Amino acid sequence: MNIKSRIYNNTLYIMLVGELDEYSASYTRNYLDNIIETPNFNQVIIDLSELEFMDSTGIGVLIGRYKKLKSQKIPIYICNPNLHIEKIFKMTGLYEIMPKIS
Amino acid sequence: MSYNNELKLEFLSLSENEGFARSCVASFCLPLNPSVEVITDIKTAVSEAVTNCVVHAYPNTVGKIEILVKLTQNEIYISVKDFGVGIEDVIKAKEPFYTSKPESERSGMGFTVMESFMDNVTVTSKINVGTEVVLIKKLEEVSEAVGG
Repeated sequence: MNIKSRIYNNTLYIMLVGELDEYSASYTRNYLDNIIETPNFNQVIIDLSELEFMDSTGIGVLIGRYKKLKSQKIPIYICNPNLHIEKIFKMTGLYEIMPKIS
Repeated sequence: MSYNNELKLEFLSLSENEGFARSCVASFCLPLNPSVEVITDIKTAVSEAVTNCVVHAYPNTVGKIEILVKLTQNEIYISVKDFGVGIEDVIKAKEPFYTSKPESERSGMGFTVMESFMDNVTVTSKINVGTEVVLIKKLEEVSEAVGG
């Protein structure tokens, strides 16, 4: 897992590159928590165009970050998931809390 | 023409083995010419089953995970087995969003994902003996399967 992030126009852009599973979950969780600890942005956009694989452990990681940001009223949006990840998002209802944008 | 092939894998319940396990099983299925969707369904289901072994089967220790794959012309059979603590209540474990470890941000969707991505999922478990998850994917009739 490789994570890129930048803040632009009060938006935190995160790009997840690689595979999000049990092996990469703790790295991803720690990396994201470090950035969102002191939020100087008012929304988060997670770009999944380079995320090749994700399973339900990844869903758990995303829901965990959602909960942290929700208390500060900062929404998360998802963009560019591949078809496989799209299927998991739809199945687990994740888009209801992290809407997909284009 | 009938096709029969088998693969047996044994590895330690370390999370770094998950990527290897799901890619290996997926690659082994390639001679059946499955669609990309079938391959990613299999990768995901195997990943879920192996994650369960890594996270739940061997608390505070490392044990063995055994995968058996059997291929026939129209079916992919995958057994993922551990020799760990077992699941006390399989019906409860399979409920969507149920997790025995809510404190560690688990989604509780593992079995639900397996069930929706595969055609059949069977879980057999015995306390302190282990758990076996059998995942079955039916394949559409393909005209030119298993060539060359």
